[in-house]
Amino acid sequence: MTTRDRILARIRRAVPAPAPDEATPEAALAAIPRDYLRVHDATWTPARTADLLAANLTEYRAKVHRTDEAGLPPLLARLLSGSRTVLIPPALPPHWLSGTSATLVPDQESSNAHDLDGVDSTVTGCALAIAETGTIVLDGGPDQGRRRITLIPDHHVCVVRVPSQVVDSVPQALERLDPTRPLTWISGPSATSDIELDRVEGVHGPRTLDVILLGAQ
Amino acid sequence: MTRTDLGMPAFPPAAPFPPGATFPPGATSQAFPAFPEAAKEAVRDDVLRANLRRATHTIRDKRARAVTELADWDRLRAAGKAVKDHTLRHLDHYLLQLEAAVTAAGGTVHWAADAEEANRIVTALVLATGEREVVKVKSMATQETGLNEALEAAGIAAYETDLAELIVQLGHDRPSHILVPAIHRNRDEIRDIFRTEMAGWGRPAPEDLGDDPRELAEAARLHLREKFLRAKVAVSGANFMVAETGTMVVLESEGNGRMCLTLPDTLISVVGIEKVVPTFRDLEIFLQTLPRSSTAERMNPYTTMWTGTADGDGPSAFHLVLLDNGRTDTLADETGRQALRCIRCSACLNVCPVYERAGGHAYGSVYPGPIGAILSPQLRGTGSDIDATLPYASTLCGACYEVCPVAIDIPEVLVHLRERVAQGGPVTRAGIRVRLRPAHGHTAERAAMRAARLLLDRPGALRTAERLLARARRLRPRRLPGPGRAWTDTRTLPDLPAEPFRDWWLRERGTRP
Repeated sequence: MTTRDRILARIRRAVPAPAPDEATPEAALAAIPRDYLRVHDATWTPARTADLLAANLTEYRAKVHRTDEAGLPPLLARLLSGSRTVLIPPALPPHWLSGTSATLVPDQESSNAHDLDGVDSTVTGCALAIAETGTIVLDGGPDQGRRRITLIPDHHVCVVRVPSQVVDSVPQALERLDPTRPLTWISGPSATSDIELDRVEGVHGPRTLDVILLGAQ
Repeated sequence: MTRTDLGMPAFPPAAPFPPGATFPPGATSQAFPAFPEAAKEAVRDDVLRANLRRATHTIRDKRARAVTELADWDRLRAAGKAVKDHTLRHLDHYLLQLEAAVTAAGGTVHWAADAEEANRIVTALVLATGEREVVKVKSMATQETGLNEALEAAGIAAYETDLAELIVQLGHDRPSHILVPAIHRNRDEIRDIFRTEMAGWGRPAPEDLGDDPRELAEAARLHLREKFLRAKVAVSGANFMVAETGTMVVLESEGNGRMCLTLPDTLISVVGIEKVVPTFRDLEIFLQTLPRSSTAERMNPYTTMWTGTADGDGPSAFHLVLLDNGRTDTLADETGRQALRCIRCSACLNVCPVYERAGGHAYGSVYPGPIGAILSPQLRGTGSDIDATLPYASTLCGACYEVCPVAIDIPEVLVHLRERVAQGGPVTRAGIRVRLRPAHGHTAERAAMRAARLLLDRPGALRTAERLLARARRLRPRRLPGPGRAWTDTRTLPDLPAEPFRDWWLRERGTRP
């Protein structure tokens, strides 16, 4: 008897045997009341949602900027003015970085962690952002690239399209995400509460997180 | 045990316990003294008590605020409980579904009945890669199995990368909190540990390292960075596993999790079988309740979700080790199985008056606090001194139940386990139903209960006894003699009334009560 069979047999002995007329697990799961809120404030408008996203990101020490398509290249140029090198995912709209003088380093499958460690900043888009929690979610899409490129450089600039990429709540976010893609949820720069349970920002992930809310101003 | 000079991790010697004393695997819990003895030591430590008080009070108030922000908290809590109960009811179904989904996504699933088997599987997987070091994400399951010690014995260095775990590992210490294993250490102690120990493990701490948490976090960043960048194998746990899709979920704060989960070629996750949830959608409950309950944040800084392996992004080999280690035995107990709903948020530790004073080490397990008091004796059985005394490590005030995001009625399980310890009864150990004999040390208690039953069943005898006691009230001792002595060590015997209540009633009212 394999360990797998033994564990499964133990489970079946531990719980009552299913009655002949018992609902299938799927039906029983569907019957669980989910009367919690899909959104915590139904009166939110896209503008208020964007404000809430900005406020929550700021509270967790992300730096939030707002601009429109025309203002994006100069804003990115300003945010990257201290960077010598900028790591970019495979399909970032080329005009975004048209104003920056930094050397652009396209991410390559052959580049290892040490190579990426020498790069100053990275610029990506995102899959979506969640206003209620101040979270941006990356799903490895062409404007976001591999997970490591937003992890190793010390500075991450993330562009969120407002309102199309902003949802109100966690339940709304999960509905829109594809679980088969590698997902990274980011709520502010890395932090720790491990010393006296007091929050300190800046441990292993990027210590500076700039979030640009891109939309009509 | 002294450290070897190879820069390899040594066993945490953790005096006063024997070196290498790890957690659950059956007999090792024998190494720990009973809770009252361990707690007696701890409450005399003023620094420890001050550290714990400060930390638990900080997080307590923040958690309350984070929870109040959600008007539907009670409904989220009820739904979380219902989904977990449902999953446990159909655990075989969901584990098989999970196995199929992980396999289809390119992962390999292993099953481990106990700690030893899990350690053997992980050790073999690491050795097969040819590597001799692994980076680790904080994981309760591998703490529970004593994986680091097993790897060490096989010549593999395991580096903890969570800041608090690093403090514990460098300090040759044992974890004392689920979320913040170094909660018993203050900033001065952490600075001293970094200054003296970091050099033996890799990049030393800066000469002039101060005690500002920012500086300490920076020292950890620099120390661990070289390990992340060269690591080929990582070991993690998981907060959730989604049966429907095979998706694994890890919540963290520092980015050490992301480093371990994405940079190495091989990823091995050791996860308790109770961590499975049916669908991706179910995460909408727990991703709202877990961060607020544990770190009092709307959302933790980083959450990683992965499904098997992804082309060119992250590890090319993924192994999932599903761990039983007493969980199916716990599942067999109708009252006790609710402990398996636990999502390891540690809110119950932070509000517990006993934990706040005794600290985590007194619980003799990687699971301290109220949840540990019901989980450890069920996962390990109540055979050892520590496990037989843990159900008593509580005032039954119920604060733990109040804050629990999956509504585990911890006081109910504590009382249930006390009954098991004192009276014995049916339990399941390693899948086999056995009858537990009453534990030693409760003889006097049982005798007192039998005497009480004898009296209460016979009104005449009770009346006579009451009158005798009333007449002898001046002879009432301050402390009980014999086995009752321990009871009056910390309690005053109640005054005896001059006249029994029933005599008073008869005199006043002229009828029997």
